[in-house]
Amino acid sequence: MTALAAIIRRDIRIALRVGGGALIGVLFFLTVVVLMPFAIGPDLALLTRLGPAILWLGALLASLLTLDRLFTADHEDGSLDLIVMGRTPLELTCAAKALAHWLAAGVPLIVATPVLGLLLNLDLGATLAVALTLLVGTPALTFTGMIGAALAVALHRGGLLLAVLVLPLSIPILIFGVAASEAAISGPVSFGTPFSILCALTLVSFVIGPFAAAASLRQGLD
Amino acid sequence: MTLTELANPTRFLALTARILPWLAGATAILLLIGLYQSVTAPDDYQQGATVEIMFIHVPNAWLSMFVWAVMSVAALGTLVWRHPLADVAAKTAAPIGASFTFLALVTGSLWGRPMWGTYWEWDARLTSVLILFLMYLGLIALWRAVEDPSRAARAAAVLTLVGAINLPIIKFSVDWWNTLHQPASVFRMGGPTLDRAYLIPLMVMALAFSLLFITLHLAAMRNEILRRRVRALQMMQASQRRAA
Repeated sequence: MTALAAIIRRDIRIALRVGGGALIGVLFFLTVVVLMPFAIGPDLALLTRLGPAILWLGALLASLLTLDRLFTADHEDGSLDLIVMGRTPLELTCAAKALAHWLAAGVPLIVATPVLGLLLNLDLGATLAVALTLLVGTPALTFTGMIGAALAVALHRGGLLLAVLVLPLSIPILIFGVAASEAAISGPVSFGTPFSILCALTLVSFVIGPFAAAASLRQGLD
Repeated sequence: MTLTELANPTRFLALTARILPWLAGATAILLLIGLYQSVTAPDDYQQGATVEIMFIHVPNAWLSMFVWAVMSVAALGTLVWRHPLADVAAKTAAPIGASFTFLALVTGSLWGRPMWGTYWEWDARLTSVLILFLMYLGLIALWRAVEDPSRAARAAAVLTLVGAINLPIIKFSVDWWNTLHQPASVFRMGGPTLDRAYLIPLMVMALAFSLLFITLHLAAMRNEILRRRVRALQMMQASQRRAA
């Protein structure tokens, strides 16, 4: 337990330090959302309607962008080999690393959501609904994305390959995240249905993500 | 003949060399029968002659999913038993599966044009097949990104299994998403039950396409084994030349 706590503390500290790059995700999120009105036009009514979808897409892309860092830095300085050989089960270590990554890179996205909601002309209730669905959904993005990150580090290939592999897997999360936000804003379905399925997807990703990531790390680093 | 005996590539090559002509012949005969039955099938009272697209479209769609199942079994073979032919099977199945998926999409869209009045409709089935196609392409990209075949095999195996777990979830989500945004045109395939006049040609075509897949897959596996041997020989030659 102490080993896992140590890993979480260490990862968060590294991510927040100079060169950690956790906060670049927020900057990217902001930039993507600011770009949208230039493509769509400054129509506030339209932006309100598309708001939840824009915020979710931005968060999805931002969390994908930062995923590259999840294992590569540890692989470069050799600590990943120590982690793989260590006595703590690799599945648990992967889960701890993903949790730390979410705390450092995912939570800032949720904190930034109210400000971005303002730019997209969302009212307070709608912004809170999007923030709530992001709070539940972004861990799922991190945990499924971790599989891609592990594959990328095992193959020494990152960037676009990771995006191509991970994005199709995140379609269900996107569907139910946006559906739950829109259900809270306008209906017609009740908020509970898509929201509880989103929670279920997150729980499933907690199970599949660490096992698949640990498997690909073990197979890849020989 | 057990799986362990088949693990020897030389024995596999010898066996498949004997089976393949028979398989190819059976495929050709069944395809001819199936195509003849499909063309002579009576026109549907609503869809007219376009219903004949079904005899090509449905077997392709069925194989697009079946091939992923085959790859998942091969992925288990790679990860659990380190079966030497499993990664050859997984690697060669991916492009074939992608082709079937692509053909299912194309025939579906050609069928959609007269039926729905548009080539593409964000219909639940079409959308989930499109995502399946994207996942096939991602898998092929992964195979092509890495030089060392055994390293690529293990990574692809993990991804294939994750995909096998995720595909039903994606299918379910897309169905849900589609009922939420009810599309303009409602699609129903000639009523709830299929008439015998269509069922029999469809079954024949499904069998023919399955045999086609097995034939193509075995032939592709042979090619891959031979390609790896040629590569090993070339590497050996190059290292000898450097030593000399």
